[in-house]
Amino acid sequence: MSARPELVCPAGTPAALRDAVDAGADSVYCGFQNATNARNFPGLNFTAEELRTGVAYAHGRGAKVLLAINTFPPAGKFSLWRDAVDTGVALGVDAIIVADIGVASYAARTHPTQRLHLSVQASASSPEAIRYYCREFGVKRVVLPRILTVSEIKSIVSEIPCEIETFVFGNHGLMLEGRCSLTNYATGVSTNMDGVCSPAAQVRFEPAEGGALMSRLGDHAIDRFESGEKAGYPTICKGRYTTRCRQEPYYAFEEPVSLNLGPMLAELVRAGVNAFKIEGRQRSRAYVKRVVSAFRGGIDAVLEGREPNVGDLISLTEGQKQTEGAFKTKRWR
Amino acid sequence: MAGCVQLTLGPLLFHWPIEAKRDFYARIADEAPVDVVYLGEVVCSKRAPFSEPHYPEIAERLARAGKRVVFCSLAEVMLRRERQMTAELCALTDYEVEINDASGLAAIGGRPHRIGQFFNVYNEETLRHLVHNGATHFTLPAELPRDSVAILADAARACGVTLEVQAFGRTPLALSARCYHARAHGRVKDNCQFVCEEDPDGMVLSTLEGRDWLVINGVQTLSYPYLCLLDRIHGLQRIGVTHLRLLPHALDMIAVARLFRGVADGILEPAEAQTRLLASGAIPALTNGFCQS
Repeated sequence: MSARPELVCPAGTPAALRDAVDAGADSVYCGFQNATNARNFPGLNFTAEELRTGVAYAHGRGAKVLLAINTFPPAGKFSLWRDAVDTGVALGVDAIIVADIGVASYAARTHPTQRLHLSVQASASSPEAIRYYCREFGVKRVVLPRILTVSEIKSIVSEIPCEIETFVFGNHGLMLEGRCSLTNYATGVSTNMDGVCSPAAQVRFEPAEGGALMSRLGDHAIDRFESGEKAGYPTICKGRYTTRCRQEPYYAFEEPVSLNLGPMLAELVRAGVNAFKIEGRQRSRAYVKRVVSAFRGGIDAVLEGREPNVGDLISLTEGQKQTEGAFKTKRWR
Repeated sequence: MAGCVQLTLGPLLFHWPIEAKRDFYARIADEAPVDVVYLGEVVCSKRAPFSEPHYPEIAERLARAGKRVVFCSLAEVMLRRERQMTAELCALTDYEVEINDASGLAAIGGRPHRIGQFFNVYNEETLRHLVHNGATHFTLPAELPRDSVAILADAARACGVTLEVQAFGRTPLALSARCYHARAHGRVKDNCQFVCEEDPDGMVLSTLEGRDWLVINGVQTLSYPYLCLLDRIHGLQRIGVTHLRLLPHALDMIAVARLFRGVADGILEPAEAQTRLLASGAIPALTNGFCQS
């Protein structure tokens, strides 16, 4: 068995950072309050001063802080990303999570000793792509896109010179991260450049006939919920549409569902995964406490040779449905 | 500068029967006023074996007609066969290669190559790094704002490389590992039976209110309206864009290319060209896409 895997937890706010560390996170990941990270939501993320305090709190308890600077700066705005990198390095974060080649290049050139991780937003899904980032920028860990089976991950492990991190819980986006402009197409706000997927400011729920509720993103109808049905957040890749070959509206991409790899932890450890990531910087402190504790217990159980049991987290999942997604079987594709 | 912008025919994103493909490129070779033709499967590796045996003949015919032929790599690489395809493509010596995923950058080993629109080039730092790796030509992602395109055009000129943007065709919006064509037909990618061949311009998704909105092409999602930048050609030329990409659709692409050439050469007004384009009835809706200024 490989070295002890790291539990990487979301910290959307300073309070969530402390909660995650207290609940057993080996590391937390967070971002600044601007477009430099992929969860650029109002009320979320850190000022430089808050991050300084957060780093001290985490380091004081043996946990690491990973700074996500994982969006793609459009030409003309690069200085915001450059400043974020410089600030992160100055505050002593343990790693910077990058996606853009320009940002990676700047960070590697300017701060050659700073540890870099490759974000899932870079969509590096082959050993060759991963090796490119390792060779060019000295990337030490890659966060894999959620599209590979465990056996495929295992074979990648043997072909790359860096660590592997995989998501184990949380939102389950269907599109390759970093390669999706659907939100921009619908709203004029870009996931890659602005760090926002389905911006809340453009979400509406409107009454429809028969007591139903229509969810909208911008002007676009994304889903319809009958009276009494729980209305989900309108994300384009979890919406319902019609098409020529289907009689009824259907979830063309995926149903509202969350990833939960709790039952597969032992298999993932055996495959050589070095770090397990929990998604959800936008989620509540209660979510962070419960999910981090559950996965802390699960990983410890695996390391002690026991069967992991992450308990019942279904109430915390989107649409109260969970999936093992692509990890379990090729038939997910 | 007017008149010197080059027109390119981008890679065919959809799955057409090989006979249709051969006829299409034969006509392009003989009649289309395009300078560059991109060949190769970008979207789905399962489709590639149908076309591969025919590419030498197609490429040779295009080259004989004076077109510059470029072979494109897959936009998404994860399976063994996809890695193999990318490695083989990057070993080509007779033709230029366009890379659409970082997998290709490792394989190309610093030899001259192009960077395609599926590769995230958003800023000058990225462009310069890739030039250092051997890139000579860039096609930018469709969502880049015009101001950023202008800055990148300056950077490209300073580096001695050329710059292309998509000017016609449905806009690629997303890629996935899951095949949504197969899913719509109750199948999965491994037993898709190439059902995407039924939709030569993609499968339309409409909202619950009946508005045609998105288009599915296997693992890819595109816009329903066709991007059309006829009225931006001169502006794009002015800021230093050197090439305009027309993405192939199942309509008279010769006529489309002639309209774009006519406007670029200043012998046709953009509004007149757009009227003629719509008059054919083959295009359901036009948009100027992410290009907002």
